[in-house]
Amino acid sequence: MDTVTILLSSFVLSITGLFVFIWSLRKRLFDSNADAAKIIFSEGEIGQVEEPSANPSQLKNLQKAADTDPRLPLDDDQKLRLAKELAERIQADKSTAFVTFVFLSCAVVWLVVASLAGLTSSIKLHEPDWLTTQGWLTFGRLRTIHLNAVAYGWAPMAALGTAIWMLPRLLKTELMGSRFAMLGVMIWNAGLIAGLGCIAAGINDGMEWLEIPWQVDILLIIGGSLVALPLVFTLQNRRVEHLYVSVWYMGAALFWFPVLFLIGNLPGVHIGVEQATMNWWFGHNVLGLFYTPMALASVYYFLPKIIGRPVQSYNLSLLGFWTLAFFYGQVGGHHLIGGPIPGWLVTLSIVQSVMMIVPVISFSINQHLTMRGKFSTLIYSPTLRFIVLGGMMYTLSSIQGSLEALRTINTIAHFTHFTVAHAHLGLYGFFTMVMFGAIYFVMPRVMAWEWPYPKLIAAHFWLVVLGFSIYFIGLTIGGWLQGILMLDSSKPFMDSVLVTIPYLKSRSVGGAIMTIGHLVFAFHFIAMALRFGPRRTGAALLHNKRTSILVGAQ
Amino acid sequence: MENEIKLLTGAMVALSLATSTLIIVPFLQISKVKPPEGLKPYTSVQLRGRDQYISNGCIYCHSQQPRDMAQAPDAKRGWGRASVAGDYFYDTPHLLGTMRTGPDLFNIGVRQPSADWHLGHLYQPRAYTRGSIMPSYPYLFEMKDAAEPGDRVISLPSGYNPAGKIVVAKPEALDLVQYLQALDHTYPAIAAAKISKK
Repeated sequence: MDTVTILLSSFVLSITGLFVFIWSLRKRLFDSNADAAKIIFSEGEIGQVEEPSANPSQLKNLQKAADTDPRLPLDDDQKLRLAKELAERIQADKSTAFVTFVFLSCAVVWLVVASLAGLTSSIKLHEPDWLTTQGWLTFGRLRTIHLNAVAYGWAPMAALGTAIWMLPRLLKTELMGSRFAMLGVMIWNAGLIAGLGCIAAGINDGMEWLEIPWQVDILLIIGGSLVALPLVFTLQNRRVEHLYVSVWYMGAALFWFPVLFLIGNLPGVHIGVEQATMNWWFGHNVLGLFYTPMALASVYYFLPKIIGRPVQSYNLSLLGFWTLAFFYGQVGGHHLIGGPIPGWLVTLSIVQSVMMIVPVISFSINQHLTMRGKFSTLIYSPTLRFIVLGGMMYTLSSIQGSLEALRTINTIAHFTHFTVAHAHLGLYGFFTMVMFGAIYFVMPRVMAWEWPYPKLIAAHFWLVVLGFSIYFIGLTIGGWLQGILMLDSSKPFMDSVLVTIPYLKSRSVGGAIMTIGHLVFAFHFIAMALRFGPRRTGAALLHNKRTSILVGAQ
Repeated sequence: MENEIKLLTGAMVALSLATSTLIIVPFLQISKVKPPEGLKPYTSVQLRGRDQYISNGCIYCHSQQPRDMAQAPDAKRGWGRASVAGDYFYDTPHLLGTMRTGPDLFNIGVRQPSADWHLGHLYQPRAYTRGSIMPSYPYLFEMKDAAEPGDRVISLPSGYNPAGKIVVAKPEALDLVQYLQALDHTYPAIAAAKISKK
């Protein structure tokens, strides 16, 4: 097949597809009326902050910082409608509370497991004779346990827990068929435990991101499908006309993931180096078409909700969504630059990697414009701090990724710790930060209980920010030096190993601080679940005095 | 956006484009690739060793894909010529790897043909390479007071043998070494590339 034709046609198809979809979904492209952006607010709610994890004084300051747009007082009719909608929202929250709690609890457990496995692996890289007598503790297996506990434990549990909680709110209905999700989450976790056990015992499928034996994957597929059912039912029962941005991201991601996972794990189909291209089609798309959209869905919901201002540009969010859908899927080949795969494929992936700048920039501009004039809200809202920082890390990691796909930079960065640092910027700096923020928002609603020790939220934030900065900066420098020395054939290979040692040690320090942060978070989560701390349920369930009186009057 | 059918159709079109370019077209192209003449299928012992390579996660630090001289001096490090698709005819699952915390191993069988070296190096890498950060694999070996018939006793550089004991390789270690010794893709690239391009 002619290389140039394939390249061009795929690129042209992507671009055409993109425009057709934007056009068909939004015929009045430059319309400033953005009803769909306001769908997450009830009448009169715009301008009203919502932050369940803030204490009363933070909440007061937050409202003050957010009060930049003039608001009209509500008339009696509007007040009634608002009260009705709020009552419905409480019903929606009640329908998801238990399921969400189960998902998020699993997420926290896997976060701790993954952190400990990751930290141990990190130390082993500079202390290679530590804990070597047991097979399951060897670097190759423990590192893989770390990756899988994040990829199939923490990340999907947190993302799905948040999605299950958000969807009924966005669709203004109750969660339908939550029993399926409960069964699904049990089967999924059983599968994951079995999968990690296999990896520890040395049984794995031999491909990065797809290590869990395919026989065990069947459990994950059954579990995942059961979790998806209530989300589909809820979507069918929606009572809103507009689907909010977050629904597009979650809806698409929830259909993308099963396809990825199924094709990736099909046994006996993939051959030779095609298996390698499939491997990185999966490896990159699980990030780009599952974790990324799930986290973006959270940002698009929580950020406007907290500061009480609708997303600035509905059109930009449309553009961001469809460019992500059409460009992200094809970037995986950049993991194999210089490898024994067809040249056109590598070129295509590089081109699409660079095109990823479009969705990223549209998201970043949108986030910035929405936050404009309200950045001081970051001081008072713990949730927002995590979410806005996460959003910024999305911009950084994606732009870094686009640059890293360029041949000249890839030649140095490929095969080094630089890539490891980059992967963590995306999955930790972006995804995990956003999920932390989402959990801080969601849990008080789920438990009808406030976070018992607000200072621990601040401690968690600063620990993970400090730890991750050390982790990322150190490993990026170390990886770059490693790559440069590896390309200098006049230097022995060992030089490229020795140069990384101080940076690998700094990574362990950073990782340890992050792990402490996670333990603080896990402790706080447990304390909340066990209902420690002062009883302050009222403020957690309802918005503030004004609305609680309204609802109380109903 | 009001229509979930449009949303999901669009989403699936996007994904199928990606699937075609990254999986289906490469599959069609690569299914025509024949094994080069110089490449031998793995023996059953070597395949068992390959399973050990997978099981212990060697791929997370070692690649098996030397790059072209035009891009990187991999060949000058003795890692071999740039690999081509045909070289991987018998490789399922693929073990291309993404990290070079340690060197590329596509031709390690040529670079280090000695089984003694490999066994000793697996037992204690730092006995051979100062400053190496490769894990030691004592669980692939047994400590004994005296060798029994059929035991493969490994010879370590002085100072690394545990006092008063001998170190015997377990079958896992022996299989793994057989696989590593078999990693030899030094046959001519041109013939291999020609076959791949057909």
